[in-house]
Amino acid sequence: MSDNDSKNKEQYDPSRRKFIKNTGILAGGVVGGSVIGSFLTNQFQTRTNTPVQDLDTATLQEARMFFDRKEDFTILSAATERLFPKDDSGPGAIELAVPYFIDKQLNSSWGTNAKVYMKGPFLQTSFVRDYEKKDRDQSEQGPNTDVLPDVPTPRYQTRLNRGEIFLLGIRTIDQVSQEKYGTSFDQLEGEQQDEILTAFENGEIAMPGIDSRTFFNLLLQLTIEGAYADPVYGGNKNMLGWKMKEYPGPRAAYINDIESEEFIEMEQKSLRDYQS
Amino acid sequence: MVKKLNKVDVVVVGTGWAGGIIAAELSKAGYQVVALERGEEKSTKDYIGVKDELRFTNRFEMMQDLSHETITSRNTLEETALPVRTKHEIGVGTDLGGGSVHWAGATYRFIPYDFEIYTQTVERYGKEKIPEGMMLQDWGITYDEMEKYYDRFEKTAGISGEQDPNPDAPKHSSDYPNPPTKETPNIKLFKEAAKSLGYHPYQVPSANITQHYENPDGETINQCVYCAFCTQYGCDFGAKGDPIVTVIPTAQKTGNFELRTESYARRVLHNGTKATGVLYVDMVTGQEYEQPADVVVLAAFTFTNNRLLMLSKIGEPYDPKTRKGVIGRNYNGQFGITFLGARGFFNNKKFNLYMGAGALGANFTDLTGDNFDHTDLDFIHGGGVEHRQYGDGAIASNKVPKGTSRWGSEFKKNAIYYANRNLLVWYTPAVMSWWHNYTDLDPTYTDIFNDPLLRVTFKYTDQDRNIAKFGVEKCREVVEAMGADIVDEDEVPEEFDHIYQGGHYAGGVIMGADKNTSAVNTYLQMWDVENLFVVGASAFPHFSNHHPTATVGALAYRAAEGIEKYLKNGGGSLV
Repeated sequence: MSDNDSKNKEQYDPSRRKFIKNTGILAGGVVGGSVIGSFLTNQFQTRTNTPVQDLDTATLQEARMFFDRKEDFTILSAATERLFPKDDSGPGAIELAVPYFIDKQLNSSWGTNAKVYMKGPFLQTSFVRDYEKKDRDQSEQGPNTDVLPDVPTPRYQTRLNRGEIFLLGIRTIDQVSQEKYGTSFDQLEGEQQDEILTAFENGEIAMPGIDSRTFFNLLLQLTIEGAYADPVYGGNKNMLGWKMKEYPGPRAAYINDIESEEFIEMEQKSLRDYQS
Repeated sequence: MVKKLNKVDVVVVGTGWAGGIIAAELSKAGYQVVALERGEEKSTKDYIGVKDELRFTNRFEMMQDLSHETITSRNTLEETALPVRTKHEIGVGTDLGGGSVHWAGATYRFIPYDFEIYTQTVERYGKEKIPEGMMLQDWGITYDEMEKYYDRFEKTAGISGEQDPNPDAPKHSSDYPNPPTKETPNIKLFKEAAKSLGYHPYQVPSANITQHYENPDGETINQCVYCAFCTQYGCDFGAKGDPIVTVIPTAQKTGNFELRTESYARRVLHNGTKATGVLYVDMVTGQEYEQPADVVVLAAFTFTNNRLLMLSKIGEPYDPKTRKGVIGRNYNGQFGITFLGARGFFNNKKFNLYMGAGALGANFTDLTGDNFDHTDLDFIHGGGVEHRQYGDGAIASNKVPKGTSRWGSEFKKNAIYYANRNLLVWYTPAVMSWWHNYTDLDPTYTDIFNDPLLRVTFKYTDQDRNIAKFGVEKCREVVEAMGADIVDEDEVPEEFDHIYQGGHYAGGVIMGADKNTSAVNTYLQMWDVENLFVVGASAFPHFSNHHPTATVGALAYRAAEGIEKYLKNGGGSLV
């Protein structure tokens, strides 16, 4: 649905009109289409049970800004969906807009390694390859690490930045698929896709300048982050990732609830709600 | 061209607890103090309304920019060290207040055994208990002498806690200034289990302050509301005892203090016997400045304190082959192996794990220090057994029982199911120093100014692996007593994996009574350069079985007392 369509629809929907008025934002004159969009999304999210596919507004952010080739993005999407599939526990990576989250991350200062030590030499010895594989699940050990996602810590010893790693990695996934099955990765059966991803995970795929395991670990980390990060980053669409695990989002205070013997299920609120 | 500035009484590098306390105490005493902070100027305003897990926990917003500088790391002397390149692998605080702003707030004192560890170990077990190559040494000061400085730090930071009920616990001269944090159902469960096993659990002493509090300097700290965005974050409410709500404003109010942020120290200038000032770069303009001072204080993170001395060619560098020299000696800290334990998964119980605070939790000290007999054990020292409730973010809460696939539907379902059904108990063993664990300058890798990076050489020993195995077993017993349906033990790793995510690294500029085996005396005054003080965890000869901050704060108060005495006396050694 185009931007215009959604705007037209807004004007004829009385419940939406009411909400826009109430926000007071229009009065300030600083509203853009996507801002209205996210308000409306939250509105729907919290007050009705409208199915996700009927929401047309959060999708305004869903355009590629990093992956130029649509084919690369399709393969990325298929890979993330295997890592975090739609099933009876809830939506998968694609429905949560994880591929768009990844696209945005790779286009950010994080994707271009702005704060990474990138001075050489970048040694390409067997010692370094071993080092990249030293990623057993110690990533969850140590003070502070309990709050990090349970994916092995990528061991970064490559001259490629994260965006470049992804382009190379995604194309290598497809290359392996073409060589092995004669078709592109997104066309494969689930088990075939898993087999290829597992080979990356095990460091069995030759990639120039980087261990395939390092790429895989980054892909897994970003997929989990995309499912559960605040929606401001473009994933966790409509906070459905949070809803699945009964995570409420940022709140001011739990001082009155923290001693409760019962589990307290709260309505999801986003950073946008918290700051407004 | 370097611009030479007017001389001041004291120049301090770093604005965390160490630098902040020095700055506050000396500016209060009427001395002109300049503090150099490499990061940005920050206040509580910067941390209001930014509860964003991805940005702070996963992208490490408050950690140093590694494009400027990092460390290199290797296990043994024979290996080539590789740079630790990403914030995922190393997290060292930056900006005003340093790592003391994003800290969790657990505020344990070190114990009497620590300060006299060599003497007491030999007295009780004989010299043969100490393995060859373990650089075990007394700190040159006793717990009783340290007590008043601990007490002062706890009052400055507003620590909230209760006395340790363990009869072997060290005595405190007064109670914590604020009552302990709240007992949540899972903390209660941990305590009941620990008691059933004969231990003495109590609430973690916390810098998440439990009531509105005014500290002895007149600074206000607000009441913690357990919002969960705590460790790795600045406090949204000014409710965490940290330098930006205490010692930095205290220094600023005196009128004797000048803060220079984005000021990157590159050298301590000296004439062979005395330090003359600090050479630094204004990172906004690129201008280099020389700041002359009567007293120079290095109060940066351990890595920076070590490196600045080496770059400035001050003190004799430690040589592992001869075991002589002091700068870089006894590198230690808390590593991946230091926080192992057991995780329990509960099929029929849910806990409000998304609520919490950095230092919310409970602990027992029955298995710390030498509180238990080590005659038949293959390690010395001990560890705290701790359960914490940080407040899990949605990205963080992906804990699954062992055997679960790492990805795919099984992982996803288990992670969702157990998000609020898993509790971790860990052991926090002490870490000893060894002849082969040290720091020096890297021969290959350099920073943005082309100065060599600090190189860390560190490997685990049998002591580390044995104490970790002991701790994991004890944690398992506790988690089983808590009634978990599945109990997963952490694996004890064979080797250090070059992850510096814990923020607790120490040693290299250690304190002591003998100038042949220590770099600074017990006032943290350098033996070789009497007007240079090196303050921080860099002074720890070994790492005790608890978090470092209270000891960093206490040592900073002692150093400040020493510096004041030094300035009053017009020089001389303080011991």
